[in-house]
Amino acid sequence: MSYGSMIKVPFGPQHPALKEPEHFLFEIDGDIIVNVKPRIGYNHRGIEKAFERRTYIQNIYLAERICGICSDAHTTCYTQAIEELLDVEVPPRARYIRVIVAELERIHSHSLWLGIAAHEIGFDTLFMHLWRDREAVMDVLELVSGNRVHYAMNTIGGVRREIASEIIPKIIGSLDFLEKRTKYYMKVLRSEQTVLKRTVDIGVLKPEDAVELCAVGPTLRASGVKNDVRRDDPYAAYDEIPFNIVTDDGCDVFSRILVRCGEILESINMIRYALDHMPSGMLRVRVPMAVKPGEAVSRVEAPRGELIHYVKSNGSTRPERYKVRSPTLANIPALCKMLIGQHVADIPIILAGIDPCFACMDRLVFVDVKTNKKKALDFESFRKIVRKQRELL
Amino acid sequence: MNLLKWARTKSPWILHFNTGGCNGCDIELLAAFTPRFDVERFGILLQGSPRHADILAVTGPVTLQVRERLIRIYEQMPEPKYVLAVGSCACSGAPFKDCYNVIGGVDKVLPVDVYVPGCPPKPEAIIDGVVKLIQKIEEEKIDEKGR
Repeated sequence: MSYGSMIKVPFGPQHPALKEPEHFLFEIDGDIIVNVKPRIGYNHRGIEKAFERRTYIQNIYLAERICGICSDAHTTCYTQAIEELLDVEVPPRARYIRVIVAELERIHSHSLWLGIAAHEIGFDTLFMHLWRDREAVMDVLELVSGNRVHYAMNTIGGVRREIASEIIPKIIGSLDFLEKRTKYYMKVLRSEQTVLKRTVDIGVLKPEDAVELCAVGPTLRASGVKNDVRRDDPYAAYDEIPFNIVTDDGCDVFSRILVRCGEILESINMIRYALDHMPSGMLRVRVPMAVKPGEAVSRVEAPRGELIHYVKSNGSTRPERYKVRSPTLANIPALCKMLIGQHVADIPIILAGIDPCFACMDRLVFVDVKTNKKKALDFESFRKIVRKQRELL
Repeated sequence: MNLLKWARTKSPWILHFNTGGCNGCDIELLAAFTPRFDVERFGILLQGSPRHADILAVTGPVTLQVRERLIRIYEQMPEPKYVLAVGSCACSGAPFKDCYNVIGGVDKVLPVDVYVPGCPPKPEAIIDGVVKLIQKIEEEKIDEKGR
C-alpha cells in the first residue's frame, strides 16, 4: 500500500543501534524502505597514508589498530603480505599459533555479534548472558597474549609469544565451557519466539544477489554459498586442520545467526585439533628491515569475511603504497539490497546482520564521476586539502 | 549532601560516542556494562540519546568529519555534563596523531574531565575512571540555581 509521499529518515552518525559513527539516509513510503543511501567516512583516519610514513615493523602496530575486533586478522594479513615480498617461510609452530589465535578471535567476535544482535531485537537478557560467557574466551586470549583486545601476537616471520604447555589445560577447559554454552544457545535460539519473530524472513539476500553483489563471510554463507578463504586459498596452517564450512539456506537474519553459532563450534574444534597437533620448533625467523621491491596481495578470512591487503614496496624500510579492502565494505551493496522493502523497525537488526565494522571500512578513493577517472594523491596534497578544510572550520 | 547532588552521583547516565576509533575501546566499554564488570551497580546506565545523558564517553581519535557531530552531541546534552575520554586515542590521538584526517585527542574539541589511557583500557580501568568522575561530581559545589 502506498501513501503517496516519500519521507526521508536520517539514521546516524550517532545512533543507538551501532557503536560506530556512520550515516544512512532512508527513503520510506509509509513504513516500508524504498531506498537507502549510505554515507560512509566518519571513521576515516587516513591509515593507508600513515602506513607509508612508518617502517614495516611499526606498521604491525598500526595494522592491528585498523580494527579492534578483528585485530589479529589484520596483522596476519599484513605480515603475510610482507613475508611474501621477503620470501620468508614461517615456522610450522608459528603457523599453528596463528590459527589458534585467529580462531579464538573468531569465537570472541561472533559471540560479541550474537550479543549485539540480541540487543538489537530488544532481547537484552540474552545479550547479557552471551556477553557473560564471552568473558571466558577473553580470559583465554588474555592468558595467551597478555591483552584482551589487541593481541600483538604476529610479527613479520612468525609469532611473538609461545603457547606454553601448562596453560593448554586451561584453554581446553574454557573451550569445553564455551561449547556447552553455545550448544545451549543454539537450542534456545531455535525455539525462542522472541528471536524467531524478529529474524526469520527479515533482510533476505538471495544466493544469486549475494554472489552478484560480492557479499563475503558469514553474510554470504548464510545465503547458502560455500565460500571461505581458509578453504579456497589456505594460509597459516589451515590446509592441515580439518574443518567444515558452515552454511545455511535461510538467506535471512536468522540464518546469519545460525551460521555464526555453527562457526563458533567449528572454531572450538579447530583450536582443540591445533593444540593437539602443534609441532615443536622455532616461533619466528629473523627478517631484514628493508624489503626488496615488489607487490604482494594477501587474503585472510576475518570473522566478518574476506580481508584483502595489498602492499607495494620500493626497496626501502617503508612501504610505497598500502591498501586495505575490508569485509564490511564488500558487504555494503548487499546490505542496501537487503534493506529495501523492509520495515523501519527492522533497520537495526538488518544493519547489524552483516556485523558491520566501520573502523575497518572507511577508506577513500577519488573517482571523478563525470570522466570516470581515478586520482591518486600523495601525503602532502592530502595535508593541503585538509589544512584548507581546517581553516574553514 | 543536597538532593541534587545525591541524584547526580547516584545515577549518572552514559552516552557512548565513537569518534573514529578502532572499536577496541568500544567493546571494552560495552563489556563494562555486562554481568562480569557491571557498572550498573553504581546506577550507571548506557543511554542512546544525548538529551538523557550526563556523561559523554568518547572513544577514538577525533576525525575531521566527525568533529562537528561531536560538538553537536555535546551541545544537546543537558547541564551539568561531563566528558570521559576512553583509550589512548581519545586522550591524545595516539598512533593516528599525525594522520591527515585526525585532529587529535578529544580535548582538542571538548573539555575533558577524566582521561582513561590504555590501548584499549581494560573494563576495570574504565570503571576506575567512572568512579573517579563520580568523586569529582561529589566534590563540586552547587550554587543556589542548582548548577
